[in-house]
Amino acid sequence: MSFELNGKTYETDEEGYLINLSEWNEDVAKYLAAEEKVDLSDNHWEVINFLREYYNDYQIAPAVRVLTKAIGKKLGPEKGSSKYLYELFPYGPAKQACKIAGLPKPTGCI
Amino acid sequence: MAAAEFEVPKFREYPVIPALRPDEMAGSKPYVAAAPIQEALGFPGQLVDDWQAKAITRMGELLDKYRSFRVYMDACVHCGACTDKCHYFIGTADPKNMPVARQELVRKVYRRYFTFAGKYFPKLVGAVDLTRDVLDDWYSYFNQCSECRRCSVFCPYGIDTAEVTMAAREIMDSVGLGVKYTGEILGKLHKIGNNLGLPGPALEDTMLGLEEDIKDETGVDVRLPIDMKGAEVLLITPSADFFSEPHVDSLIGYAKVFHQAGISWTLSSHASEAGNFGLFIGNYEQMRKAAMRIRQAALDLGAKRIVVGECGHAWRVAYSFWNTLTGVGLGGEDPFAKALQQQLDPRHPVPQHICEFTYDLIQRGALNLDKEANDHRVITFHDSCNVARASRMGDMPGGQFVIPRSIIKSVANHFHDMPQDTICESTFCCGGGGGLLTDDLLEIRVKGALPRMEALKQVVDDHGVNFFASICAICKAQFNKVLPFYGFDTSMNGGVHQLVSTAIQLGTKE
Repeated sequence: MSFELNGKTYETDEEGYLINLSEWNEDVAKYLAAEEKVDLSDNHWEVINFLREYYNDYQIAPAVRVLTKAIGKKLGPEKGSSKYLYELFPYGPAKQACKIAGLPKPTGCI
Repeated sequence: MAAAEFEVPKFREYPVIPALRPDEMAGSKPYVAAAPIQEALGFPGQLVDDWQAKAITRMGELLDKYRSFRVYMDACVHCGACTDKCHYFIGTADPKNMPVARQELVRKVYRRYFTFAGKYFPKLVGAVDLTRDVLDDWYSYFNQCSECRRCSVFCPYGIDTAEVTMAAREIMDSVGLGVKYTGEILGKLHKIGNNLGLPGPALEDTMLGLEEDIKDETGVDVRLPIDMKGAEVLLITPSADFFSEPHVDSLIGYAKVFHQAGISWTLSSHASEAGNFGLFIGNYEQMRKAAMRIRQAALDLGAKRIVVGECGHAWRVAYSFWNTLTGVGLGGEDPFAKALQQQLDPRHPVPQHICEFTYDLIQRGALNLDKEANDHRVITFHDSCNVARASRMGDMPGGQFVIPRSIIKSVANHFHDMPQDTICESTFCCGGGGGLLTDDLLEIRVKGALPRMEALKQVVDDHGVNFFASICAICKAQFNKVLPFYGFDTSMNGGVHQLVSTAIQLGTKE
């Protein structure tokens, strides 16, 4: 599967996750978010940027606890909960936020 | 939650058998595994040209290797006792989800190629050629079975229908038709050591974070060690316990129990996964390869005991198969098996379930538990299928039912069971087991959860249950996803050791 954006073709897997991580940019994120019917706010971007930094360091998306703690530190303790992350990304912070951040889909019993 | 693109089943006033909807789920198919996924597991990259002949050959090999499979092919008398026992049939009304009809997809091919009557008079005995249409039916409907074995409980001949599903999946894999979800995960397990693909450094970072959290919450330094040589216990737990909510709360519970009991323990970065999807795809070599990582870790770390965390099918593999897969049962002359056997402490069962471990400590009075800490919770317990019907805990029949409930009652005051015909041996699957826990199968997962959700509704209405405890990573992940479709809040979803974690009074005993 693939999609076109600004004259460039981007390959995705069956579920719409970007195949080539290095092709990701903010426009791609906006496109993927629109596909997911997610309206990107500054708080969404905090999550997306953290996911990408963490992935860069560890080659995996952060565990939900790691993510909520990091977001709590950045946006205030009341936002450091998986409930808040579900408000931002209704289909699940792990899967939906990873997709928009251009990261591979987390797999396993999750 | 994204709006469902399918009809969510309604709660039934009485659990009557649904009116049939033929081919209702014929379109339900998981993504096919791409060539790199298949080839990494030693299967053909795509459907091979002579797939029909190869599939029949593979079926013949399985019939010779597993006498049970041949008996299951021959023994069914189509009595129909299994028809309404399957959660997927109840939730979809698709007649091919009746266990007998699902197995008939294989049985009619078996008759055609492996029985006298089927070879010469196929029409008389309902035998058919293995055509592309039949293969497509296999791919669809054998990926709508969670291998939970509820139907087997009611089969007068004791036919293990899960083994038929496993055989069908193995045959499909052997001709190049595999499932992306299970194949991709097995690849990650072999390469990195867990289903998530969580590398050692990320695991370490995550555990350090949890140690901080426990310290913040309790003021006590509780460790979650990794690769600690000489630790008494090696804990093998599903990688979802590191990653997801509510799974992680049970992991914290295990850590607190080890801490208060003063028993040294460690995780392994080499074997950081309890789950074994080799079981789901019915492939012996894959299942063995996955289990070998755990044996290697036990030898490397010098562990004397192996304890398995809250994971249903992991416990089935550990309890029922580890011995012959990787232990002394593998062969008397195997030096590794002998070394492992000498190293393990014979005073404890190997493997041991974390619930057995905690239960024994509670019996000995080694844990200080404050039941009132769980007074805000009204709890019910979901028996996970692989624990309930494919293994045991403790040294008494039915221990796998008694022990988790006994733990819950030791740590909480309010417990109510769901209706009798939906628990213990007759438990209904969560709807996401057996390799079906993937977003591309969401429809069958939601529909298959119907009977479990109906039973839950009953105790919610009658007793105000607000905590739905289970001991399986798949069940927990499945409930996170499906509870909202039935009007429940996901905050009620949790683990047994999450309850232990709440009740245990750190710093008072150790």
